[in-house]
Amino acid sequence: MKKLAYLLQSKQVSSIELVEKYLAQIEASEKKLNALITVDKKGALQAAREADQRWKKGENRSPWDGIPIVLKDNISTRGMRTTCASKILADYVPLYDASVVTLLRKQGLPILGKANLDEFAMGSSTEYSSFGVTVNPFDGNRVAGGSSGGSAAAVAAGETPWALGTDTGGSIRQPAAFCGVVGLKPTYGRVSRYGVVALAPSLDQVGPLAKTVEDAAILFSILAGTDPKDATSANAQEFNVPNWDDALIKGLKIGIPKEFFGEGLHPEVEEAVRRALQILEEEGALLVPLSLSTNVYAIDTYLTIVTAEASSSLARYDGVRYGQRKEGADSNTMFAKTRGEGFGAEVKRRIMLGTYVLGAGHYEDFYEQAQKVRTLIKDDLQSAWEKADLIITPTTPTTAFKIGEKRNPLEMYLSDLYTAIANLGGIPALSLPCGKDSRSLPIGLQIMANHFQEELMFQAAYFLEKKLLGRA
Amino acid sequence: MSRKYDTVIGLEIHVALLTESKFLCSCSTEFGAPPNSHCCPICLGLPGSLPAINAKAVEYAVIAGSALNCVINPFSKFDRKNYFYPDLPKAYQITQDAYPICGPGYLDYYVQDKLERTKIVRIHLEEEAGKLIHSGESIIDSEYSLVDYNRAGIPLIEIVTAPDITAPEQARLFLEQLRLVMNYIQVSDTKMEEGSLRCDANISLKPKGSPVLGTKVEIKNLNSFRALERALEFEKERQREVLEQGGQIEQESRTWDERAGKTMTMRSKADAPDYRFFPDPNLPPLNLDPVWIENLKKSLPELPLERLHRLKDQDRLSHYEAAFLVNYPDFGDLFEKVKVTFPEPKAIVNLLMGDYARLAREHGHLNPVRLGELLQLLADEVINKNQGKDILEELFKTEEDSPAEIVEKRGWRMLSDAAQLRKVVEGILADNPDLVGRFRNGENKLFGFFIGQVMRATEGKADPEVVNNLLREELEGGRN
Repeated sequence: MKKLAYLLQSKQVSSIELVEKYLAQIEASEKKLNALITVDKKGALQAAREADQRWKKGENRSPWDGIPIVLKDNISTRGMRTTCASKILADYVPLYDASVVTLLRKQGLPILGKANLDEFAMGSSTEYSSFGVTVNPFDGNRVAGGSSGGSAAAVAAGETPWALGTDTGGSIRQPAAFCGVVGLKPTYGRVSRYGVVALAPSLDQVGPLAKTVEDAAILFSILAGTDPKDATSANAQEFNVPNWDDALIKGLKIGIPKEFFGEGLHPEVEEAVRRALQILEEEGALLVPLSLSTNVYAIDTYLTIVTAEASSSLARYDGVRYGQRKEGADSNTMFAKTRGEGFGAEVKRRIMLGTYVLGAGHYEDFYEQAQKVRTLIKDDLQSAWEKADLIITPTTPTTAFKIGEKRNPLEMYLSDLYTAIANLGGIPALSLPCGKDSRSLPIGLQIMANHFQEELMFQAAYFLEKKLLGRA
Repeated sequence: MSRKYDTVIGLEIHVALLTESKFLCSCSTEFGAPPNSHCCPICLGLPGSLPAINAKAVEYAVIAGSALNCVINPFSKFDRKNYFYPDLPKAYQITQDAYPICGPGYLDYYVQDKLERTKIVRIHLEEEAGKLIHSGESIIDSEYSLVDYNRAGIPLIEIVTAPDITAPEQARLFLEQLRLVMNYIQVSDTKMEEGSLRCDANISLKPKGSPVLGTKVEIKNLNSFRALERALEFEKERQREVLEQGGQIEQESRTWDERAGKTMTMRSKADAPDYRFFPDPNLPPLNLDPVWIENLKKSLPELPLERLHRLKDQDRLSHYEAAFLVNYPDFGDLFEKVKVTFPEPKAIVNLLMGDYARLAREHGHLNPVRLGELLQLLADEVINKNQGKDILEELFKTEEDSPAEIVEKRGWRMLSDAAQLRKVVEGILADNPDLVGRFRNGENKLFGFFIGQVMRATEGKADPEVVNNLLREELEGGRN
């Protein structure tokens, strides 16, 4: 990105040329990929023209003024439809920009379009989209991951230099791993959620996807900070891209939780991650074996909380004010028909589950119990930070699976096995490509850090990326 | 009421807080604006929008809680109450379930001249829903309904009382006192007709003296103080009849039909929705500074009951007089201002409760200095009561001239000169020899007639006391 910025600054390339280049790539690869739900050619070109005018006058808004971006289609964009990949919002056009979109516009970033996702971000493969599945750029028979599958595939295929995704249980990191790009789930509350369509507000975070660690850090630096419109971002800190310093690796304590290297982990994935750990060790990092024993409860806890919060957060799609409406004889019939026809099977499944776990007589056994376990998981993580500065694990147990392979929802839910813990704990976590398997599918490595320790995480990721690329 | 049963009543009162902006967004709370003109992504519940607490609403809730002697909880939380209804934009209401902002308290008030206390269980903060406008009479017989979301998101407090109230009239008096308190602390305009004060009532009967509560019925749609009392009276009788015939009360919600004058089943307990309360993940808990809470408590204005007791104890007013000034705080405030220049409480309240009250309701209040001057003229016997009334009416036309100036200009000074008046009295007696004769033969009531004649002859200026004395002298002197 620094290179693009230099080219813009030195007038060797214009924003129009950049946007046209990416639009051409979109044109070329979209038929196969289906990474984008909406392409805003006109809007992107207009924004590029304005950026070029600013550069001409030396009034550029930032070094990134005119470098385009793609947004996951659950992030509200004023005047540009925001579908959440759902029939119920297929024609919904927001009246306002999400706070992160306002931040991007302030920096001058043209928006190329909106990326595909599992309906309302419920899924791990982008197969649960009402707008068709997104295909993995590395293998046309495989999924791009999800729910930010469109964002990850678009970055991997060169349709955009970077993208925004959202991550509730792994929805940025898992597709980043499957598509061989860098993806960050920031500390809970560090990036505003205002205007980002809720799945589970206590877990959701917006984050960057990019080709490189540095690009992800730059995009994160634009996003991070307090937003008065999001009460859960009250203590958020801003983020500045650090000076990269390999010397920080020496003496760094890297926690290796044994539960993340056990049954179900594909040997090729394990090998790639272990190789990366070795590189760190060679540079002087200390590998600290530790245990996060509560992770066995992470998926159940996560599903209970996600479904509960989602059942309430998605209740507003009732056909009264916006979105699709199916008329009925009375308001209850209208609600039922609108929702019955508007939502896909996975969304209905989660709403049903969530309604159940919050219901009278179930609340204490399920929702309240899940909150207690969540506290235990947080405690578990807290004691890990007494031993380690960072924790490294595989991002996913396997590389990208085949389209249609996971027919059982429970199997799909296990895709989040290594990632959900970071959302439950509210900590930052990043996925970084660390090699490829024998089918040439990308493998992702996950780095987790304590609250607001994104900088240290980026330093380690930057170092690893450099070494791994050097070896490749 | 039947001697066999005790009536048990508890109230749930919603008070709309008079903040300038809504509870969770910055939209205006103005009443009566064109439909859907005070809306934004937040109060419309658009996808992705998030709530942010209005600090003023929290402050008003703490003030209200303090005025009702409640424990103020430094820690409270917001929950979602989930249900579908077209007027509810997010299909959940942000409210406080497990951890309300105010805990137990009480309100003291008079029922006739007996001081009663009703306990408050809790007060919590929540958001208002929108307003449905039906094409027909009600949602059931309407072809379509429209929704106005201007009201959606206005901050409310819900005040829940203990089942301490034992009679419908008492329930009304409690609510009237509560309303007065809310007005005194200026957190709400409490207009029942605009919905800024609403009340649901729970009522049950139990055998006299029994410690076990009977099955309660909730009554909704009580749009006035009168409706509250009438609905409770009706429901009390209905339940008594059911019980006396050996029947059982169903736990249910009933609605008050003002026109029919009766309550009707709305929803049985079996149909009661499961609201699936859980903490709203978008709003961190409220942590209030105890010092801030203390300061708000200390800055409470004088409350109605304190004022009533002060007026009775210090100003020596009767309960009736004091209650008048307390219940009409504008009169109470005027009373205080007049008292600065004319420190005679009784005289002031007599003036204010008489012709003044009628005229002020029509024209608005007079300058307290002018009223003090008027009272002074009466006290100094410069003018009599009739003249006082005339001057009052003059003042309501213009306050440019002081009462003394009006007296001068119109020559309304009281006629007290005995010699002058004696001539008038003698003249009238001479003109009515028959009547004088009848009076002297014992027809005492004619005395009033003679006084009236003297007043008429002097255009009302005569000092009644002097006239009285003169007439007695003249008439009784020659009595048979």
